[in-house]
Parts: sequence; C-alpha cells; structure tokens
Amino acid sequence: MPVDTLNGNKITEAVNAAIERHGASRDELIPILNQVNQTLGYLPADALNQISLRLREPRSSLLGVASFYHMLSTKPRGRHVIQFCESAPCHVVGGREVWEALQEELNLANEETSPDGKWTLITTSCLGICGVGPVIIIDEDVYGNLTADKVPGVLARYN
Amino acid sequence: MKYFRSHILVCVDPQCLQKGAHEILDALQDELVAEGLIDEVQVLETSRIGGCAEGPEMMVYPEGVHYVGMTIDDIPYLVEEHFLKGRIAKKFVHTEVTVVDEELRAPTAKEIRVVLRNCGKIDPENIEEYIAEDGYAALAKVISEMQPDEVIDTVLRSGLRGRGGAGFPTGKKWQLTRASSEPVKYVVCNADEGDPGAFMNRRVLEGDPHALIEGMAIAAYAIGAQQGYIYCRAEYPVAVSTLNIALRQAREFGLLGNHILGTDFSFDLEVRMGAGAFVCGEETALIASIEGRRGEPRPRPPFPSVAGLWGKPTNVNNVETYTNVPQIILRGAEWFASMGTERSKGTKTFAMAGDVKHAGLIEVPLGITLREIVYEVGGGLKDDKPFKAIQIGGPMGGFTPASILDLPVDYESLTKAGTMMGSGGMIVMDDETCMVDIARFFMEFTQDESCGKCTPCRVGTRRLLEILTRICEGKGMEGDIETLEFLCEQIKTNSLCGLGQGAPNPVLSTLQYFREEYEAHIYEKRCPAKVCKGLIRFEIQPGTCTGCTVCARNCPVNAISGERRQAHQIDPDTCIRCGICMQVCNFNAISIN
Repeated sequence: MPVDTLNGNKITEAVNAAIERHGASRDELIPILNQVNQTLGYLPADALNQISLRLREPRSSLLGVASFYHMLSTKPRGRHVIQFCESAPCHVVGGREVWEALQEELNLANEETSPDGKWTLITTSCLGICGVGPVIIIDEDVYGNLTADKVPGVLARYN
Repeated sequence: MKYFRSHILVCVDPQCLQKGAHEILDALQDELVAEGLIDEVQVLETSRIGGCAEGPEMMVYPEGVHYVGMTIDDIPYLVEEHFLKGRIAKKFVHTEVTVVDEELRAPTAKEIRVVLRNCGKIDPENIEEYIAEDGYAALAKVISEMQPDEVIDTVLRSGLRGRGGAGFPTGKKWQLTRASSEPVKYVVCNADEGDPGAFMNRRVLEGDPHALIEGMAIAAYAIGAQQGYIYCRAEYPVAVSTLNIALRQAREFGLLGNHILGTDFSFDLEVRMGAGAFVCGEETALIASIEGRRGEPRPRPPFPSVAGLWGKPTNVNNVETYTNVPQIILRGAEWFASMGTERSKGTKTFAMAGDVKHAGLIEVPLGITLREIVYEVGGGLKDDKPFKAIQIGGPMGGFTPASILDLPVDYESLTKAGTMMGSGGMIVMDDETCMVDIARFFMEFTQDESCGKCTPCRVGTRRLLEILTRICEGKGMEGDIETLEFLCEQIKTNSLCGLGQGAPNPVLSTLQYFREEYEAHIYEKRCPAKVCKGLIRFEIQPGTCTGCTVCARNCPVNAISGERRQAHQIDPDTCIRCGICMQVCNFNAISIN
C-alpha cells in the first residue's frame, strides 16, 4: 500500500475494526497489531498512538512488541512485498544465488523499499515448504524451485 | 531410468480431444517448463479414465487425483496448486479422492504411521471423516471410563516423551501440572514450528487437526484444565484456518465446550497466532507471546507446570506429543512402548530436506539408524553423490558425519553424538557443502533470532558469527579455533534459554567432526569444498581454452584478458568470483582452485 494514500481516516478505520474484532484488551495486543499491519501494510505511528489510547497501554510497550516480531513493520512497505526464505533447506539447494539475483534485479538490499513504492524486499524464516526450495513469496503467491535465471520472469508478472 | 515424482495422465479419448485435450497437453508442458518442474513431473497420454463426459480430464499419480473440466487458462493455477504448493486443486477434482501430496509419500517398509496416520487420508475440514477413523473414541473413553490419574498413568507407562525436542516424559509433566491445587489451569500446544526445514507439525495441523484437538482435550481432562490455547506461527496461515474450522466443527458436535458428551467435563480451545519470532517456540517466550507481550524467555524455575500462562499452572506440549495421545489411549500403553528403544518409545516424524532424493515427511520408529533413514527411507543422495553430513535438530542441533550413520535415533544417542532430536528437521548434505560456511550460516540465523535479553546469547552469537565470517573470507587467524571453542562453552553454560544454550552446537559439532576444514580455511587459506568465495580462485586452463573471448565479454568487472584465439587469463585481484565465466564457457576451460 503506497504511503501517500494512508490518511488519518483509513488508520482510524483499521484500528477500530481490529479492536472491535478482538476486544480492547491488553491480552489481545498481538492479534490487533497483526490485523492493522495486514490492513495498512505496516503500523504507522498514528495507529500505535490510537491503539495505545484505546488499550490504555503505554506507547513504549506497544512499540516494544511491534519491533520485536518480524511480521510487524513500523516502516511503510511497497505495493508488493517479496519474502525470501533464508532458511537452511533453501540455502543448501541454491538459495544464495536466488537472493543475490533478487537484490541485483531490484537494486534493493534486505528490508528496503524501492523509491517508486513498488517493491519491498524482506527475508522470512522457514515457510515449511522446503520440498520445493528455494522459495519466495510475493504478496501471497508462492514460487518454488527457483533459480537466479527465473527471477526476472517472476518479477515481470507484477506491475 | 529417469525418476519423476509425479505423472500426469491426460485422457485423449475422442470426446476429450474434442474438448481440447491436445491444447491442455501443450499448456501443461509449457507451464511445467516455465515452473522448472519438467524434470520432476511427466505428462503422458492415456485413455478411458472414465470422466469424458466432464472432460477434458486427467489423472495425477502417485496421488491418484482425478481432475476434470479445466480449460487451458486453468493450467497455471492447477500446476501451481498441485505441483508447487502440494495442494489438491479441489475445484477440478472429479470424485472424492484421498489427498496425498509429494511431501508425504506412501510409507516405505521402514516406516510406521501413528502421528501421520490420517494425513492425506481424510478431509481435514470434515470432522465426520476423522470420527470414522476412530476419532474422538479415545476422548469418549477417557471421560466416561477413566479417572484422571489413570489417564496419566497410561501415558507414563507408554513412555511417551516430549516431541518438541527436549524429550521430557509427558506423563511426568502432566502429573506436575495436575498436582497443583490452583483451580484454574491451562493446556497449551506449541505449534510454533520454527526450525528451518521442519514442517511435520504443519502437516498434522493441516491434515489431521482433530487428532491434536482430541489429544489436548484428553490432557485437559487429566490435569484439570477448562481452557486451552494452540499457539501457531504466523508463517502457517493455512494451518490456522484449518484449525479454526476444526474447532468450530468440534464445538458443533459437542466435543468441545460445556459438558462434553453430556458429562461434567468442560473444555474449550482457542488458536493464537504468532507474528514471526523464532524464540517464541521456547515455552516461556511462547507464554509471554500469548499474553500479548514481547516473546522473551524467562528463567525457569518456576516451570510453566507451576506458574505459566497468566501465572497459572500450564501444561505445554508440542503438536506431535498431543497427537500421539489418542492412539495411546485406544491401543494401550503397551502397544506404544513396544516401538522404539529402552528409553525412547514410539515413533518420530522427521522432515527430510537438502541433497536427499526423496525430500519430505517420514515417520519412523525410534531406534532406527540414520543410515536406514537416509538410504532406505530417503532413497539416498541426489545424483548418488557422496554423503558428507546430516544436520538434525534444527538450528540448535549438530552436524554429524558419515562415521556415525549407524547411530540409532533416540534422545540419548543423538545428544551423545553432539546433536539432538530437536523437533525433527533433517538436512542431508553432500560433499559440495562447506562445513565452515554452513556453520556460519546457522550462526547468522541464531544471531538474528536471539531475543537479546541475556548477554551470552546476544553478544556471544554475534562474536561467533564475526569470527566465522572472517574465516570464510580468508582472513582467519591463528587462535580462532580456540576462541571459537571458548566462546561456545561460555554461551552454552551461561545462556538463559534453550536457544542460547543450543546456539553453539552447529559450531561445536563441525569443529568436532570437520576440524580439518577449519584448519584448511585458516592455515592454508583454502576452502576444500570450493564454496567460500574469499578462498577460491577461478583459473583458465591454457590447454583447453580456445580463446573464443566469451568469458572476457561476459565478465562484469573486466578481469579477463587475452588475445582472440589465444589462451585467456583471469586477474585474481580484480575477479569478484561471480562464476559467470565458468557458466558461459563452452569448453569447460575454467576451473576453481
């Protein structure tokens, strides 16, 4: 989700929906953050503020949780998020070449978002589909048995 | 003979041909080529599958799935679902079929399926299919005929030990939780299967969720809990949705909720999803995460069985542990104890990956040797390359060489050999793997996943990684091996939780079994497996080089020089070891030294 379209209303809507679904309880913090992160693509500072007020929980403690888990991001992400599985089973079947090809093709390093807001490149822990490694996930599409040669073709499917 | 993991038989009867069977065949070929599956999946023509009326149609083996009614536009979806993701593309399935994918083959002679018995056999989204396989019979037996102490006694006698890796006797754990006088207790399932390469639990969660629910309900009855949680990692969205469907159906059937089967026993379950943190597989970190906090471990004791979730006594077991329980109740402790060794009973699931022919899930009786697992169950190494090492137990496990392939797989033997049972990841490596590089790779993982709470793990893993990186870059120094050993010992003894205590294992075990590779890297500045870029040189064999200039034209840094039709040279100082020259050379004139 591009950054510029994120106005205040959208954030409030996302926060309200998440709290309505899970309840305004400190115990539900991770499900709430997960949902907001999923709706908005990341956790903007304003979203954390609002959740903090609603749950009566200090912002610092929210930020502590948000920064602890890999899947929660406090930085904006691109329209398409590429997750590269960096686990050993993918590594031993040629993951490194794929990773290098991805970085080169996109001109991005790990955790970076392209200036045009199209791509974000991140690594992920094992996705459990090791039988078809090396594996990447773009948004929700899985690509297995990848090689460096196939990377440009896969990326070309997205606009 | 060429080996294919799947065969697609496309019907070419007249009726199907009329509906575009040839176009389907072509589209399949193209898609398989595009996805790089053409060497794994064979497409054949056949006749009389029996669904021509709904054609075009095809059969996929070994699963025996009968697909009908697709158009060429559906082929990319079908190929992706079935052959990449390993899921049956339900909307094209002709009749009710058993669901098996390549992750889970038909068992070999050495295998026994207890935990995986229903996976791929039943529809996980239909509780009636589970019930038809004696599902919930154990729960019914327990709550109508057995006292909680009898249940615990049965589990104790079976010899079942924790399948999450540490191997603590399950019955003993239940006893401890039951013994507390606190009225509110919890059962928790650790489904945070984070070990790279381990996906046994995912298959159970996605393929037989009711077996887990039943096992947890039995545990709840035995320890006196009314509420339970399944903590599932966020990387498994399919498992979470399957579990939620299963929970809803179990409630509808009165197998969860108030007054289960009309008795006084009430119990309900909730799925909690993680947000991507490996350390949450540690039980105290997992509990912190369910409570909505940072998933950081805390010192034990007190153990969760005394003070766990929200300070209440909590029984935490792994998916596989709970899944064994209904079978133990139904078939008896003696049956379970008849499998395995003196102190390790029953079966264990493993996920085999790496350079092995049949990667995938297996379930074997404990006590089987590693050799039997790799060669008989796994079919040996890809391309019949020599076996170099096997890594067991995930990132906290160790690497063991060919000399201990005859080791029996049980908790004690593996620990003694410098590795561990762990949750069940197994990575097989051939002789093209550099052990220093792979130890560095594992250290990158643990360093990254260290939660940062305690210093030995946070700083220690970082220092280990720095030294290993230096060695791989060819900057290893005299004394590095000794420093590594000293650091490993310190981290092992002083870390708070299992992550830190286990983190040095990949380094220690490679130092123990592959010390000469470290020495070659440090003292001879040589990588025997020719993997570490800082230690290899690309060289052109003057006798073989024809001077065609292809390599020089493709070199991204212009490190190759030479006249046309004369042997070329690579300038090692400019060369970045990208290997492009080797790929483009048509005469195999470039070698790595």
